Amino acid sequence: MAILNVLILVCVLYVVLLFVVAFGADRAAAQGRGSWLASPLVYTLSLSIYCTAWTFYGAVGFAARSGLEFVTIYLGPTLVMIGWWWTLRRLVRVGRSQRITSIADLISSRYGKSNLLAVLVTVLAVIGTTPYIALQLQSVTLSFAAFAETDLAATTLPDMQSTALWVAMGLALFTILFGTRNLDANERHHGVVMAIAMEAVVKLCALLAVGVFVVWGLADGIAGTLDRIEASEIARFEVSSARWVGLTMLSGAAFLCLPRMFQVMVVENENEDHLRTAVWAFPAYLMLMSLFVIPIAAVGLDMMPEGANPDLFVLTLPLMDGRDGLAILSFLGGFSSATSMVIVAAIALSTMVSNHVVMPIWLHFSGGAAMVSGDVRNVALLARRLSIAGVVFLGYLYFRLSGGGTALAAIGLIAFVGVAQFLPALMGGLFWRGATKTGALLGLSLGAAVWLYCLFLPSFGPSLILPQSVFDHGLWGLTWLRPYALFGAEGMDPVVHAVMWSMLINTSVFVAGSLLSFPQPLERLQGAQFVNVFDHSGTPGGWTGGMAQSEDLLIMSQRIMGAREAQALFAAAAQRQGVAGYLPEPSPDFLQELERVLSGSVGAATAHAMISQIVGGAAVSVEDLMAVADETAQIMEYSSQLEAKSQELARTARQLREANEKLTQISVQKDGFLSQISHELRTPMTSIRAFSEILRDTGDLSAQEQSKYASIIHDEAVRLTRLLDDLLDLSVLENGQVVLNTQTGRLDDLLDRAERAAGVQGGALRVVRDRLAEDVELTSDLDRLAQVFINLIANARKYCDGQPPVLTIRPTITDGQLVLDFSDNGSGIPAKQQAVIFEKFSRIGETKAGGAGLGLAICREIMARLGGSVSYLPGQKGAAFRVSLPLEMRLAAQ
Amino acid sequence: MNPERGPVFLARRTYRRRRLADGARLLPVLGGVLFCVPLLWKGGARALGTAEAMFYVFGLWAVLVAISGVISRHLRASDIEEDLTDGEEG
Repeated sequence: MAILNVLILVCVLYVVLLFVVAFGADRAAAQGRGSWLASPLVYTLSLSIYCTAWTFYGAVGFAARSGLEFVTIYLGPTLVMIGWWWTLRRLVRVGRSQRITSIADLISSRYGKSNLLAVLVTVLAVIGTTPYIALQLQSVTLSFAAFAETDLAATTLPDMQSTALWVAMGLALFTILFGTRNLDANERHHGVVMAIAMEAVVKLCALLAVGVFVVWGLADGIAGTLDRIEASEIARFEVSSARWVGLTMLSGAAFLCLPRMFQVMVVENENEDHLRTAVWAFPAYLMLMSLFVIPIAAVGLDMMPEGANPDLFVLTLPLMDGRDGLAILSFLGGFSSATSMVIVAAIALSTMVSNHVVMPIWLHFSGGAAMVSGDVRNVALLARRLSIAGVVFLGYLYFRLSGGGTALAAIGLIAFVGVAQFLPALMGGLFWRGATKTGALLGLSLGAAVWLYCLFLPSFGPSLILPQSVFDHGLWGLTWLRPYALFGAEGMDPVVHAVMWSMLINTSVFVAGSLLSFPQPLERLQGAQFVNVFDHSGTPGGWTGGMAQSEDLLIMSQRIMGAREAQALFAAAAQRQGVAGYLPEPSPDFLQELERVLSGSVGAATAHAMISQIVGGAAVSVEDLMAVADETAQIMEYSSQLEAKSQELARTARQLREANEKLTQISVQKDGFLSQISHELRTPMTSIRAFSEILRDTGDLSAQEQSKYASIIHDEAVRLTRLLDDLLDLSVLENGQVVLNTQTGRLDDLLDRAERAAGVQGGALRVVRDRLAEDVELTSDLDRLAQVFINLIANARKYCDGQPPVLTIRPTITDGQLVLDFSDNGSGIPAKQQAVIFEKFSRIGETKAGGAGLGLAICREIMARLGGSVSYLPGQKGAAFRVSLPLEMRLAAQ
Repeated sequence: MNPERGPVFLARRTYRRRRLADGARLLPVLGGVLFCVPLLWKGGARALGTAEAMFYVFGLWAVLVAISGVISRHLRASDIEEDLTDGEEG
């Protein structure tokens, strides 16, 4: 059987295997058995799409042309990987916390979710990637052709165009099948990643196998290989320093900025910890991939006939030696490299194109209403599928038009310079809060323009797009505008020249634009989020919405995410908020979460626009800006909240302590009173018993003695009755059963009566009164009121320890209220007692003689019944009580 | 950035981890410089062979991979959250 047919069979079988692996991985993930899919090894292997067919075939060609210089393409990514602590760690964290779907999404999201910026990045990415896809198609067709040439049985050479078309169609089909199973681009494409990991193994094994074969099969071991290197035309290390350094930096930049690298590194990242393995395993992978490149190139240059394409040495060396099996393995390696690159690049670009170009246009033309009535989900999926087909077709078209003539490596470098234009905006966005949208837009467009003019357009050759006169004399005859000698920088390598000028202009315009412009609030908010991603990964709320919008939001989300997922999301949010049903409050937190989930499907800018159409604009509140303004402001805000809280706590604690103290005192007083009352009741009882026993048992008592003892018994009985009366009185007052006897009388008469009844006359206490102010007529229960006055005056008589004791009674009238102050010149009542003197059974000092401590309690109850109050007046020289009551007691008060 | 820089002296483990992070930051700089060393040899009297440069570059590559492996094994990406006082570039 002819080798070409075998090759086609192997190819078809390999593609079937790819489909099976992808399908199996998707199934395993769907059934939850896919924990092995998320291993750091798979992540590392998926990064290997950096090594495309350009590496597989082109590295040897590169080495055959310029020696060791090829290695710079792999040194750049190596340095970026081992420098993960600077950038990759941050990039992956931002990508995960913001649910970034592509590099365009990241840049647009950082600069205030600007769709203009996203479109610019998308266009540049498409321009930079299309030739690259063409390159992969070309490599597959070239390798096919290489086999066909050796196949003597084949009568006709296969048509290169049709091979490329078949490959392109197969790849588009695979990508659409496994790359758009889910709308949420932020979800992992397990099938695709697994297939790519497998392809990574295949291409590494293939290249190593060819290397081993070349070194030990063709060149007699290591010594023989070294001899051949010495003898070859690449024996001397003649690398231009500018290219060595420039290409290393360029490849490092491209490694971060290539849309497909961003896809596998950030978007498909399952776990940040996988990075830790990848940072050493991926450089090791790159090292192994480049290990045999120089030997293969040297041996190929030695053994292959003059004029053989060095890009195909990997394939033609085994073929020449008749090792068909190895040649087929090598072909599969190249095929793997090409297909995996096209698949991932198509997914990455289709996400960008559909999210940032197609969807916004569709939403614009279908109007805001479509969001709640149209079927966004299907439109978005269709857009993505069409974009995949479109991207692959563009690559094919480029391949057809360019004729597949250019050397492989050259076009790879041109694409690198193109995507490297994202670097200033990307790094500035991650590390510099001052970076603004204006700066990013200007830098990106000028850098891209320089790249197009100095490298991309001239790469088509003179007279095709740029006329020869432009190369010789510059644009419009301005010599300083020659594409290969911009600003008079003559004699430089075109790639280094383009890298230098484009990056220089891009970066300086970006920085200057950022310094001179002022960012919008959303930009500042996002800037703080990105730069301080390790300090606070949460987003401060930016949305404010009303309840009525929840339903609209649910309807819109159902259209995008699918009914079940959207309802689950809403129900979960409602449950978290403690709301029953499916409609949570559109709180800022919820809207933020919803936006992030939606952005996984349609990109940050579109999701933001959709929600703002329903909710009516993001409100970036002053608090948000405060929080963004400075970390210190945040800390201050936080600590002031804490302070307020702790003050409130302290207040509550103080109130609790006071209440507790009062309760304890009351309890102590109650105990004290019980013992007091039993004592008060016992004392008269004891004397009554004693004297009645004397009267009964002693026969010869004189009449005088008899009457003396009888009167003692009587007095004690009266005292007992008075005590019981007091208790009864208080009980009646407290239960509200008292009947008031309203009379009208004069205050001075009332006070005279009270003074007399309190037994002041003839005592030590002098009462100072203001007769003029007492000329007041009042209507109240005068007997009860007199009882209060008597109590207060009697208290002063009993307790005032002034020398000589003086009680001042001062009445004032305000707003129909009579206010009477009874203040004496004694030592007053201690502060800690003031709170309890009006409680029942309260007595000041254990030793002072007096009543049972019911007097003031009765006064308080009486005043309450009379619609007034009695209170202790602190801050006077001695003890002072204030009695206030209405001049005309309303009957209703009863 | 933070006005409060945290404690001046750290526990031994935290200290080690910070120095590891420093190492992780410096490794690419060191690698970048060392990868450029062959450029200096070009000017020497004896022309440099591709084979020699190849041995140097690949040897250095392997050493960098090994060092990076050792550092990343002991340095978790989430470590920074554990000692927030470090600040970001601290």
